[in-house]
Amino acid sequence: MADAEMRRMVADLPAPEFETTAFTSPPPLSEATVALVTTAGLMRPDAEWAPQEGNSGFKVFGREERDLVVGHQSTNFDRTGIAADRNVAYPIDRLEELAADGIIGTVAPRHLSFTGPVMDLTTLVIDSGPAAGALLRRDGVDVVLLTPV
Amino acid sequence: LCTRAVGTLAHVIEAAGLTTVALSLVRPQIERSHPPRALHCEFPLGRPLGRPGDAEFQRRVLAAAFALLERPAGPVLEDFPETIADEADQPLACPLPPRYDPAVPAAVDEARALHPAWERSRASVGGTQVGRVVDADGIPEAVAAFVRVAAGTPWMDAGLPGEPAAVAMDIRSYYEEAALALVDHVPAARAAESWLYRTTETGAILKAAMTQMAQADPPYERILYLVPMSQQSSAGTA
Repeated sequence: MADAEMRRMVADLPAPEFETTAFTSPPPLSEATVALVTTAGLMRPDAEWAPQEGNSGFKVFGREERDLVVGHQSTNFDRTGIAADRNVAYPIDRLEELAADGIIGTVAPRHLSFTGPVMDLTTLVIDSGPAAGALLRRDGVDVVLLTPV
Repeated sequence: LCTRAVGTLAHVIEAAGLTTVALSLVRPQIERSHPPRALHCEFPLGRPLGRPGDAEFQRRVLAAAFALLERPAGPVLEDFPETIADEADQPLACPLPPRYDPAVPAAVDEARALHPAWERSRASVGGTQVGRVVDADGIPEAVAAFVRVAAGTPWMDAGLPGEPAAVAMDIRSYYEEAALALVDHVPAARAAESWLYRTTETGAILKAAMTQMAQADPPYERILYLVPMSQQSSAGTA
């Protein structure tokens, strides 16, 4: 199993240490605006691809956008699942269904994808991460679902 | 690496006043980053919601994740009760085209022949992952460039149509999407990848090119992004 090998390799990588864990209280889910944040390195098909290592920035996609390409450059994860069904990593259609069913309040107008692989976590902490949070707050987002690949 | 980034981002975004739920694919990483709420999913890397094309399963994953919002305090880390493993050890049983044009390298012949299957897949899915740096029509020529690299042409002189790792990823996507149409189902995680690298002419070429590029002077610096690590042990010759 290829994934088991990868999991062993990355298991001990250091991560930024947080002395405390912020913990907010959301509104009821049925009233919440929900956004997606993924680290799949999504990009628009007509965007110019560039190596993403060393880049801790993010791209912003509208709620209606579906034609997206995985720009993440790691070769060490499955690609066929996303190729066949974006929702397996970027569940935007599932969110729309949950909103239609009244399980969540509404789908946020914008969603984010960080580049991949994100190597510089300190930039996430002091720069692009707070910028992402501020953008989502301006959009009235209550709940954020984060998905890795 | 991505689970580590997701855990970090959850801290930062929660600190900005929003409420976060993180999915995890690498449990030690999410344990170490201890974000406010996390659901560990022992699913294949690249498939954090588990099963492509299975909306009901994906909705169950989302329900388990959103259920964590009801917890009064954190950090919270729970495991989704079902697990899914990749099947890289079992290459997809997918047909390969017969040799057609002896005037071109076998890998180029093969790539040309897969174009109709790739086209069916694109039409079925409504999009494609091919096109980071080369589109589907350019894939056979991109394969030809890697054939030249594998045969000893310096990679910088081989006519690769873009950054080599990105070209290799477009070739991989083209083959995997063709496989989706040829087998008419979504294969288990990494089974199509193993089909490409272990059974096709182009897979052998990519691995042989990687060997040449690693030994080049100067070597290609982004060699780790050319071929999946789990496929490199069977690296061979052109």
